[in-house]
Amino acid sequence: MASTIRVRATSSGETTEVQALIQHPMDSGFVKNAKGEIIPPHFIQQLTFEYDGKAVFAANWGGGVSKDPYVKFAFKGGKKGDELKISWIDSKGATDTTTAKIQ
Amino acid sequence: MHFASAALALAALTFAAAPAAVAADTPNPVADAKAFKKYFTDKFPKVKLEDFVNGPYSMDEGLHRQWQEKEQFPPYEFALEKGKEMFSKPFKNGKSYEDCFPNKGIGIRQNYPYFDEKEGKVVTLELALNRCREANGEPPFSYVKDEMAALTAYMAFTSRGKPFDIKIPNDPRALQAYQAGKEYFYTRRGQLNFSCATCHVQSGGERIRAEVLAPALGILNAMPIYRSEWSGMGTTSRRFTTCNSQIRGVPLSPQDDEYRNVEYYLSYVSNGLPISGPGARP
Repeated sequence: MASTIRVRATSSGETTEVQALIQHPMDSGFVKNAKGEIIPPHFIQQLTFEYDGKAVFAANWGGGVSKDPYVKFAFKGGKKGDELKISWIDSKGATDTTTAKIQ
Repeated sequence: MHFASAALALAALTFAAAPAAVAADTPNPVADAKAFKKYFTDKFPKVKLEDFVNGPYSMDEGLHRQWQEKEQFPPYEFALEKGKEMFSKPFKNGKSYEDCFPNKGIGIRQNYPYFDEKEGKVVTLELALNRCREANGEPPFSYVKDEMAALTAYMAFTSRGKPFDIKIPNDPRALQAYQAGKEYFYTRRGQLNFSCATCHVQSGGERIRAEVLAPALGILNAMPIYRSEWSGMGTTSRRFTTCNSQIRGVPLSPQDDEYRNVEYYLSYVSNGLPISGPGARP
């Protein structure tokens, strides 16, 4: 299966700008389906971006984040060609990890 | 039939642009399209003609910037990938979508909907896709979202930038379908007594609560769309049916003759504007 994470990281020399799009239903647990049954909560709890073995961005998410979340941030450092590691863990224990080359 | 006041203005424009020999009630698509474009370019003199395909995002600078940012990492990306995968995957009988369409289905979005002279009706891309599936022994997809939107998203993407090229063949039934679509577009219905034109001609560019109503010109060029409000993809059919329920009318079933005709009319008057689908909307 294709990865659920899409990342684009571009380095300007001093800083690296990162954009990511993650495919996830992000069910809050407060929404009902067409039959009137509650859709059980299912959301990403932890999202981490690692560069050079260190976390440069970490998020603790809850059910309030929208479906297919989009993240954009920048951090100091990061060289062209280096790798950025992205991973998430959701409330059902599922995970996904991917790496992206900084451009 | 009730016309919105803007529609009346349009009709007057149409009449003025038409040769004097043509009676007022004879359909004249060429003059219609010209008047339709003129109405919008007059109303929004700052917006470039080809920019109308970006709907609300063409209406002001702030929204335009939002759109540019969104386009760098568009929310329809997953649907696009899924569509590409689905499109190239063969059916159980070994054939695929490629066998149903001219040019293997690549770069043809701008020619849909077209008037099928054998059938005497308008055929939309969504309808053609489901017919293709059924002819190959596959169950049809729902017309309103996910799979159908993914497929049409991919097909639209391969046509990006190509101008809408809807033809009205020399067949009285085609002109009739066009005229019926136009009538549907300007006819008021539902508890709110709105026509399609009430929102998208008369009030295009204005706000309805926090949303900006898309001008009707170029509105179909961006289909299918990812709407943040839907948090998902929707097709032209989904847009038509939700519009009808939003004005508290009873929507028709997707791909009913009326909807196909209105898609035919609305695509025709946007002829020449580039395909920008799949689009993203607030």
